[in-house]
Amino acid sequence: MTRLEFWQGNTACAEGALAAGCNFFGGYPITPSTEVAEHMAAKLPKKGGVFIQMEDEIAGIASIIGASWTGARSMTATSGPGFSLMMENIGFAAMTETPCVVVNVQRGGPSTGQPTMSAQGDMMQVRFGSHGDYAVIALCPATVQEMFELTVKAFNLADKYRTPVFVMADETIGHMREKILVPDSVEKTGRKPFISGTPPFRVTDPDLIPGFPAFGTGQHVHVTGLTHDERGYPAATNPKLHMALVQRLVDKIENARDDMADYDVVNPDAEQVFIAYGAPVRTVMQVMHDKKDNNVGFLRIRTVWPFPEKALAKFKNAKRFLVPEMNLGQIAREIQRHVKVPVVSIAKLGGELHTPADLVTALEEKA
Amino acid sequence: MRHEIRFSGFGGQGIILSAVIIGRAAVMYDNKFAAQTQVYGPEARGGASMSQVVIDDEQILYPKVSIPGIYVIMSQEGFEKYGASAQESAVMLIDSTLVHSRPKCRCIEVPATQQAKQTLKKDIVANIVMLGALVAATHVVSEESLKKAILDSVPKGTEELNLKAMQLGLELGKQP
Repeated sequence: MTRLEFWQGNTACAEGALAAGCNFFGGYPITPSTEVAEHMAAKLPKKGGVFIQMEDEIAGIASIIGASWTGARSMTATSGPGFSLMMENIGFAAMTETPCVVVNVQRGGPSTGQPTMSAQGDMMQVRFGSHGDYAVIALCPATVQEMFELTVKAFNLADKYRTPVFVMADETIGHMREKILVPDSVEKTGRKPFISGTPPFRVTDPDLIPGFPAFGTGQHVHVTGLTHDERGYPAATNPKLHMALVQRLVDKIENARDDMADYDVVNPDAEQVFIAYGAPVRTVMQVMHDKKDNNVGFLRIRTVWPFPEKALAKFKNAKRFLVPEMNLGQIAREIQRHVKVPVVSIAKLGGELHTPADLVTALEEKA
Repeated sequence: MRHEIRFSGFGGQGIILSAVIIGRAAVMYDNKFAAQTQVYGPEARGGASMSQVVIDDEQILYPKVSIPGIYVIMSQEGFEKYGASAQESAVMLIDSTLVHSRPKCRCIEVPATQQAKQTLKKDIVANIVMLGALVAATHVVSEESLKKAILDSVPKGTEELNLKAMQLGLELGKQP
């Protein structure tokens, strides 16, 4: 069963978190993500959860990492400058294999940039922003419905892969109100159980994911950002161990790329193919609807990281890919790595969503 | 059919709430689709405020307003910034108490602020008067749905005042 609502994207995100069983929110409000924190502050304590407004975003992400180690489903929400402040602890969460959800409602950057305007400028920062090698999972909603659904999914993926998962929204979807059908309940998958008496970071399964020994369950766990052995003890000068640990952290996510790939393919035989994620999806959908041209295809991506590269091969006749993004071509460059045909970046900065005319112009331009 | 509606006035008049109420009426009670957006910025504290809503029988793909067919303008600055460029085919409802310019398109003058002050002793509900007039003149949502969406959206204890404001607007907006 579902119920009809007319919600803002940020409200749908917070409600998705509540439906997924989020019981800890720590963060620092920042436009255009503030309504997520506001809604969680109003609702979470009433459901027995904890909402803490921390002193800044560094403390915000630190608090959700700590909460996660007690077994909580934890989340924070932020935007550009706050996301930058979170970078060090995002690496800490990746290194310590801490499940948590970070929502970034993207605004114009760099720096304080355009607080109230829309952008997708953090797509490479989310992938590579913290130091060292690691991998991430990042989801991009294009509707208010998807703000709800992908937030739920983020919690499930975070628990499954023991990693921070990012909901990379944008101001357009975060602040827009539209129709949403809210399900009565959602699917929830938990963390892999821990086998008592075994070293806490020992991995025996082919999925490379260790069981989760939550604090307070009788396990003695040392959690450190230093390179650590399977007991969790620092072993920062052991080259082989470091290589194996970092490779595993990357492989546990990259090897599951096809399992978590979430995308739609429209007109796979087309020669001209749009690729979009987040708000520009809406403009591409409008152009596809208006043109009704089978020679124009569309790849709509929800899991931007790990990038679903196999989806590109579904467009066997593609002569070029057109990629509208509210940045200067961040994912267009990622796409170009995987294909031999030209990738045209339809970059738009300034805070406004691409208009249908913007995309039609690009489509009609000769290669 | 797709309707694109733009609201503008000054911060504090309830310009954003007006768009939310119309969108809510369409989605929750008229079984339609709506997408509501707004300009967020420092201007929301006294300067020209603007919000928009798209209403459609079909699912809304592109959610932004491109060429508004309907305007609701409640301040002179709002007219200059967000109303003056209206296409001739548009229809514009103007709070004639506060806006002295007139557009090239069809214009419906609604003395909303003056009537709210005089009849209801509260100019704060002028935006609800405008919503009543908007629905009477354009039928973008039904009167019953507008009423329900207003009741969903206004503070407790102000229901009667707001319904009176809506009724006043319905009469002021009635077209011959």
